[in-house]
Amino acid sequence: MIENEFAILLARIQFAFTVSFHFLFPAFSIGLASYLAVLEGLWLKTGKGVYANLYRYWLKIFAIVFAMGVVSGIVMSYQFGTNWSVFSDRAGPVIGPLMAYEVLTAFFLEAGFLGVMLFGINKVGKKLHFAATLAVAIGTFISAFWILSVNSWMQTPVGYEITANGQFVPGESWLTIIFNPSFPYRLIHTLMAAYLTTAFAVGAVGAWHLLKDKANPGARKMFSMAMWMAAIVAPLQIFAGDMHGLNTLEHQPAKVMAMEGHYESHPEGAPLILFGIPNSKEKRVDYAIEIPKASSLILKHDLDAPLDGLDTIPDEDEPPVAIVFWSFRIMVGLGFAMMGIGIWSLFARWRKSLYDWPWLHRIAIIMGPSGFIAVLAGWVTTEVGRQPYTIYGLLRTADSASPLDAPAVAASLIAFVIVYFFVFGAGVWYLLQLMKKPPQAREAMLDGTPIRSAGITPAPAVGKQRTDSKQAEQDT
Amino acid sequence: MTGLDLTVIWAAIIAFAIIAYVVMDGFDLGIGMLFPRIPVGKQRDTAMNSIAPIWDGNETWLVLGGGGLMAAFPLAYAVILPALYAPLTAMLLGLILRGVAFEYRWRDERHRETWDRAFFAGSFVATFAQGVTLGALLQGISISGRSYSGGWWEWLSPFSMLTGIGLCTGYVLLGSCWLIMKTEGPLQDKAYGYARSATISLLLAIAAVSAATPFLEEKYHERWLEYPNIIATAPVPVATLIIAFLLFRSLIKRLEIAPFLYALGLFGLCIIGLGISIWPDIIPGRITIWEAASPPSSQLFMLVGAAILVPVILAYTAYAYWVFRGKVENEGYH
Repeated sequence: MIENEFAILLARIQFAFTVSFHFLFPAFSIGLASYLAVLEGLWLKTGKGVYANLYRYWLKIFAIVFAMGVVSGIVMSYQFGTNWSVFSDRAGPVIGPLMAYEVLTAFFLEAGFLGVMLFGINKVGKKLHFAATLAVAIGTFISAFWILSVNSWMQTPVGYEITANGQFVPGESWLTIIFNPSFPYRLIHTLMAAYLTTAFAVGAVGAWHLLKDKANPGARKMFSMAMWMAAIVAPLQIFAGDMHGLNTLEHQPAKVMAMEGHYESHPEGAPLILFGIPNSKEKRVDYAIEIPKASSLILKHDLDAPLDGLDTIPDEDEPPVAIVFWSFRIMVGLGFAMMGIGIWSLFARWRKSLYDWPWLHRIAIIMGPSGFIAVLAGWVTTEVGRQPYTIYGLLRTADSASPLDAPAVAASLIAFVIVYFFVFGAGVWYLLQLMKKPPQAREAMLDGTPIRSAGITPAPAVGKQRTDSKQAEQDT
Repeated sequence: MTGLDLTVIWAAIIAFAIIAYVVMDGFDLGIGMLFPRIPVGKQRDTAMNSIAPIWDGNETWLVLGGGGLMAAFPLAYAVILPALYAPLTAMLLGLILRGVAFEYRWRDERHRETWDRAFFAGSFVATFAQGVTLGALLQGISISGRSYSGGWWEWLSPFSMLTGIGLCTGYVLLGSCWLIMKTEGPLQDKAYGYARSATISLLLAIAAVSAATPFLEEKYHERWLEYPNIIATAPVPVATLIIAFLLFRSLIKRLEIAPFLYALGLFGLCIIGLGISIWPDIIPGRITIWEAASPPSSQLFMLVGAAILVPVILAYTAYAYWVFRGKVENEGYH
């Protein structure tokens, strides 16, 4: 039995490791695909070279991010079966079709048009190429739609029946399953997170190059676009996150108790614990800095509303408090920091110093990875917070795993760790190398792109060729 | 009765996804395995460019196979994947190395050699693991109740090693025929040579696997070698020999497209043979497709989508192939 528990722990570590690594890439590529579509659309509309150059600049980065997302994603689609076979057998009839729809509606679309997007620039016309970019961008959305529906169903399962052999099977309506109670909130929250992640990554790259050359038109444009996103989306995201939290309170109260650090019930209004150290042995938060009754105000919109604590939940049904408590604070803290940058950028714009305020640029560079960290912290909050279940309230994590020996899982975990650090470490290094280069006035296409007119510079990339002088004129 | 029909349809769809995968990613992986023999520089770049725009779509069929299996036959998914834990993990890691090499080799001239090696190693490991998976399935999996009950080395046997090698030769054949079709000059000359050797190796592998299979299970023996079944099954090996002959002749005549089609024909026959051996089981000798099926509501819900979307997918996949049709141009500024 102890060996079995160890095997399950290893399987959980392996899943957490592979899914965390994986999600970093879609978080970036969902946003980047849309950004590329916007850039190409603006280029087609305005004819301004700066958009074409930025398109080519970020396309090179997108190619690597997307490749890493694809290969790490295939691992996920098999890991349900290799490591969580009991879960797959039980939940397959409900979540399997949703995942099959993801493959049919999203993966093929992305993969089918990615080749045209990356390499087809000289083979199809401008408009068809733009259509390919749009197809890839839409594909990333559809993919998020289905997989978040699956995840949400596991968090808030509805619309199922349980058969004699323990399988969850669909009930009357698939729409009930797909649009389960937490799905709309999770979808919006995750998509906006992807946008913010991309905005801050793009903004940091722009800021880096502005510090070196504040006249670089590509750097100016990308920084400005990124800061608009930050200013608009960060506040919306905080609002969406709040709505998501209220939804969680309704359906998974134990998760919110852990997020808030509420070990005890507060019949007369619960305090908002800003910081503190959760002490799971004594079941209290040490050194807590708290605002009286503020938690009730946020969660119930009433200062005196009673809020239950973890004392109402049997110990064996509680999530690990400390991890959820901390990851939630990291996410929220970064969210507010992002909003702060957004507001700062509006002020800088008003002062007409968006492009020459070195401190704004320095802080924007530091905030470059903030989206990735916030996204991971958010997922840790929601996934650890729904423990000890895989299907909330119905199937325990401990009862979901494959009948594997611990050494087998240990060996695969070590192999994944080595390969991932090697492969994705190199990938991130290449991304940073590409980002280090300033956007050029005549940005090159991807290496290896078939070029019809061999010999000439790769400059006239999208669509038909233009003369160098006209190009240079448009680039400024 | 609807349930039964749906289940057969889904078995056919998943078989189709696996065939599509084998056919399409087969030549990608085959080119990966040929990589060390292709000279560094222009020829390697051309070989890579002949598949770079399409490999991702090709690989997606593998995801459909896995995802479809989970959705339509969850019990099979839940038994097969843990049983083949080691080879499947190796396959996934191999596909990771192979997939990123497409991008990385262009990013890093100093380490291009390293990523080319990763491209080869990833392609080889993934292919070998897929072959081992097939062999392990054919030789049987221990089951108790609704789960796998064997150890983590049960897949390892001389037979599964043989199918592993066999699949490598098959994919190399597809890869060489793809290069014959898509390239010209010295690389194409080499590809003719590789295709000839690969055909011979593949025939040996097919012969060995075919000879061993009937002795793995009573049922296989009955289906292939006992009267009257032998009358129905005998055309398969006969057709294999005929197509192998035609393939060989097309290689000697230096035809460009025919070799690839004949190579596909050989794969088609192997898959038909496989179907004859295991039908109607999804886990050979243990679980039938009906026992593993998810409820009709799940299968029907997906079938609506698949019926509409698979043709659409095939159409735009064909479009993507069409965009990159013809010989790979020798491009570039390397």
